[in-house]
Amino acid sequence: MADISIAPQDDIRAKDTPLIRLKEIYKIYQMGDETVHATDGISLDIYRGEFVAIVGKSGSGKSTLMNIIGALDVPTKGNYYIDGHDTSSMTDNELADIRNRRIGFIFQQYNLLPKLSILENVELPLLYQGVKEPERKIRAMEELEKVGLKEKAKMRPIQLSGGQQQRVSIARALASRPSLILADEPTGALDSKTSREVLDIIKKLNDEGNTIVMITHDPTIAVRARRVVRIIDGKVDFDGSAEEYGKL
Amino acid sequence: MESFKMALRSIAGNKMRSFLTMLGIIIGVASVIMLVSIVSGYMNSMMESFSDMGVDQINVSVTNTASRTVDTDDFYEFLDENPETFAYLTPTATVNGRLKYGNDTMSGTSIGGYSEDYLTIKGYEMEAGRNLSYSDMAGEKRVAVMGYYTAWYMFGSAEEAIGEKIRINGNVFYVVGVVKRQDEDSLEEGGMDDFVWIPYSTAGKIARTGFMSSYIITVRDVNDADAGVTKIEDYLYSVFKDDDLYSVYANSEMLDQMNEMIGQLSMMLGGIAGISLLVAGVGVMNIMLVSVTERTREIGIRKALGARRGVIMTQFVIEAAVTSTMGGILGIIMGSVMTVLIGTAIGITCTPTFGAVLLSFGVSVGIGLIFGYMPANRAARLNPIDALRSE
Repeated sequence: MADISIAPQDDIRAKDTPLIRLKEIYKIYQMGDETVHATDGISLDIYRGEFVAIVGKSGSGKSTLMNIIGALDVPTKGNYYIDGHDTSSMTDNELADIRNRRIGFIFQQYNLLPKLSILENVELPLLYQGVKEPERKIRAMEELEKVGLKEKAKMRPIQLSGGQQQRVSIARALASRPSLILADEPTGALDSKTSREVLDIIKKLNDEGNTIVMITHDPTIAVRARRVVRIIDGKVDFDGSAEEYGKL
Repeated sequence: MESFKMALRSIAGNKMRSFLTMLGIIIGVASVIMLVSIVSGYMNSMMESFSDMGVDQINVSVTNTASRTVDTDDFYEFLDENPETFAYLTPTATVNGRLKYGNDTMSGTSIGGYSEDYLTIKGYEMEAGRNLSYSDMAGEKRVAVMGYYTAWYMFGSAEEAIGEKIRINGNVFYVVGVVKRQDEDSLEEGGMDDFVWIPYSTAGKIARTGFMSSYIITVRDVNDADAGVTKIEDYLYSVFKDDDLYSVYANSEMLDQMNEMIGQLSMMLGGIAGISLLVAGVGVMNIMLVSVTERTREIGIRKALGARRGVIMTQFVIEAAVTSTMGGILGIIMGSVMTVLIGTAIGITCTPTFGAVLLSFGVSVGIGLIFGYMPANRAARLNPIDALRSE
């Protein structure tokens, strides 16, 4: 089993070691007689403190890429290192631990559990880490306070607006103090005003030193990042600063 | 502990579904308890009514020949040699004759000669006066004990009968005691309370039979009845050397046959109840599978957040186990209440047996665990990506 006992924040490595290293990542599906290369040899390094937007149209392979970065899936070929750990040969449970301790997910559909309270939702990653009460509740409450939803802790997700729910999911992503925050279309289900608010929070998290990878199909959202990686047909088509991307 | 809380929450969150899952188990457990308890209650009440008839009694009849004889004294000796098996003995000598007092004749009264233990063997008690005694036997006394009806009909009450004179086939007997009323419902000629007992020795003398040919011997423990029969047969064979000259029959043999029948019946019913528990188990599995499918997205989210397979597995197994345990408890309550209610309705004392409760509870929890395992395993193996994508 991979060494994952070290808490991410204790990982002090040289600044030039990437947090995420994708080496020749291929994800190949067999669909009937056809072989589909969802990602076709993607190599990518992401360093600590970066704010990267991965942009691409649907079917471009960005979702497959996000699954691999999120340790939800393993590549058919190639290696993916996060915090120096190679996920390509990990078991189900090892991947679960990587997701639990090193990655904070923000989903388009928030993916909050409807039967749990806001606080309990934020507690979940800590629960799976084995953090006991009362520490778990205290830490979850702190995260809720950061996103300004401390007062709603006892409520159910459905009682909140979309923007508020997304802030809960941000609090949940932060709760395990991950190395990487992975946001999958975080504004996809929000109107433009709340989208801006959520993006502001994400940007603020980045300013505070969190590494953020945001998947989006929307170029106007992508430019809010510092670095943009565009995926077309499973390949990296563009990799540069947001300014450069904006000029394309 | 956390998984346990989560399971409770999930059950509470889906009350209707959880209740329907439990329903199968509730019915299954309740029916097992009801069947087993009512059958055993029925058995007990049957036992009781049989023991009124004397399941501890062994009837012996002998045919004495000129050279080989067994008399009452021999039987008493035999009893003394086997004190651990046998309790009481009485010869039974039916007296065919007319009972007269004054100028009136009683025609339905059964008259017989017995030992002083007959009262105990029958399980009766005295209402007034005294029982027959050993000295009555030894002295071939002309004394009699009578039933409540006989005393009441002849003399107006039990107390008034004591010391009165009666005639049996012309021989004068003095009433020394009256037995308590046995039949609560009716008091009639030829009934349970219409009898006269006299010492067997006196009866033998009046009838001029000499030897007594019928006896009742009781065993201390009903379970020893068969062994008692064997002992008596062995003894009689050693005297007569011919098993045509005697017959030994235990009242409990009838009970044994009855028990066997009830045993088969309860096994059959238990089997049916067992099948209903099995169906309940399949129900649990079915609902748990539906629950897994319904909650694919939840499982996906939990896995994405880092829940290991074991955690998901535990969550679902515990949920199934808690559901079936709760169903089991409700089933026990329902089964027990129904058992008592039905028992009251059919007039039998039925108490839920500990064994039935334990068995059905164990089975219901077991069913929860076994049939909860498969869906739980399926949930644990779900691919988080597919699970997240499902709506």
